[in-house]
Amino acid sequence: MEPDLHPPGWQPTTSLETIRSRAQLLAKIRAYFEQTGVLEVETPVCSSHTTTDPAIESFQLTYSGPSFPAPQPLYLQTSPEFPMKRLLAAGSGAIYQICKAFRDGESGRRHNPEFTLLEWYRPGFNHYQLMDDVAALVNNLLPEPRVVEHLSYREIFKCHLDINPHIATVSQLQQCARQHGIADAQRLNLPSKDGWLDLLLSHCIEPQLGQNSLSFVVDYPASQASLAKISSGTPPLAERFELYMEGMELANGFHELTDAGEQRQRFHQDLEKRAAQGQPAVPMDQNLLAAMDAGLPDCAGVALGIDRLLMQITQATHIDQVLSFPITRA
Amino acid sequence: MCAEFLLFCEDDMASYSTNEFKGGLKFMLDGDPCSIIENEFVKPGKGQAFNRVKIRNLKNGRVIERTFKSGESVEAADVVESNYQYLYNDGEFWHFMDPDTYEQVSADATAVGESTKWLKDQDICTITLWNGTPIIVEVPNFVILTVTDTDPGLKGDTSGGGGKPATLETGAVVRVPLFIQIGEALKVDTRTGEYVSRAGK
Repeated sequence: MEPDLHPPGWQPTTSLETIRSRAQLLAKIRAYFEQTGVLEVETPVCSSHTTTDPAIESFQLTYSGPSFPAPQPLYLQTSPEFPMKRLLAAGSGAIYQICKAFRDGESGRRHNPEFTLLEWYRPGFNHYQLMDDVAALVNNLLPEPRVVEHLSYREIFKCHLDINPHIATVSQLQQCARQHGIADAQRLNLPSKDGWLDLLLSHCIEPQLGQNSLSFVVDYPASQASLAKISSGTPPLAERFELYMEGMELANGFHELTDAGEQRQRFHQDLEKRAAQGQPAVPMDQNLLAAMDAGLPDCAGVALGIDRLLMQITQATHIDQVLSFPITRA
Repeated sequence: MCAEFLLFCEDDMASYSTNEFKGGLKFMLDGDPCSIIENEFVKPGKGQAFNRVKIRNLKNGRVIERTFKSGESVEAADVVESNYQYLYNDGEFWHFMDPDTYEQVSADATAVGESTKWLKDQDICTITLWNGTPIIVEVPNFVILTVTDTDPGLKGDTSGGGGKPATLETGAVVRVPLFIQIGEALKVDTRTGEYVSRAGK
């Protein structure tokens, strides 16, 4: 059952102790990056562009006033990725940012529509070097360091469901879902094979990941590359990783795509998917594309959910326990 | 006539989106009214969002798990809970009356279930109605019932040790202390079916 999160509406849902833990956590993160020579930056929370990712919806608002002749639509960032890449293209070197990110439609035990992200980029790193960096930071922040493991997307499906995610058909994935207790799964009418992989991953595999360890999942299907490079091979794999701890997704990282042409193409594919699924059209970030045209250095980047990390540190079971005021009392 | 009929139907077919899911929400699943016990929003950062829901089937009491794609809609169930006074059993149906409106409803054996053991005239029960028909009859946690049959115990034994079976006026049999006699009123816990104490006097 959900914990009692219903003190009177004006009161915070977190404790003073957890508020102190958050302050300590942020101080330690800043110390880590200071020591390792990564520069703290700020970028705008509001932008004229936003992510095209069909799995992520942005909040939209409007600016009226000087600087724009007509009311200007703006989006709240869903992550600081695009402006940080523009800084990288401008020669910033290694950078990090602790900021709020916003995603419409996401609220639950592990989600709040407004949440805190730590995002950082390391020029010259590939995703493996960045995973080592993530593990070093997280183990530095946890009360007890944990064993680090690397598992491929293929391995976790093989180990927990005995199925190969790269070659399985949609009907095989549906059958697998039914066999693993997801009743009437075929009714779900998911838009793509990736939807079925997400169903199995979130219901049958994730809860088992990162038990007493920091588990990195690597080598995602190319169809889930997002903004990661895709390695040539059979099958082609995304140079992407996710970090899991006690069944919870904590971080997502990429060996970043630097090819502006391919980036433009992926944006267009996303927009086609959005249109096909009846989702709102959004403007792709032309500034990012221009920066990539100018030259984004080879780099790896990662976003880590601070609220979820704090949940792990304080052993909270609901994200509201680590937020001063979750969306329902914001 | 058609337009009115359609309007009525549309009204009747109210629906809930997964955004409205929370504990206690009643909706239709596979033709049966259900109640949400627990709702969890599950979403990989860059993937499909789901609502993973634990549900009680209100007709048979079974608890099941179902997954919905976030944003999906389900048909609302016309389910209400209300207090009714038990009147009588006609051999097939148990009849109840709303003490405020005097409106009567009748429940079948499936709806009454185990509660039949504890039902006494005049007692107030909580009834769950689906489309106006009782599907669950719940008796109070504690009821007072008279002993109609039990072995005569030892008069002096008030220790309560050991115990013996006693038949109550509703037909239920409970284990009681040896000193309990025919004709005595007892307080019984209907959740466990256990004797609690003598009632009154």
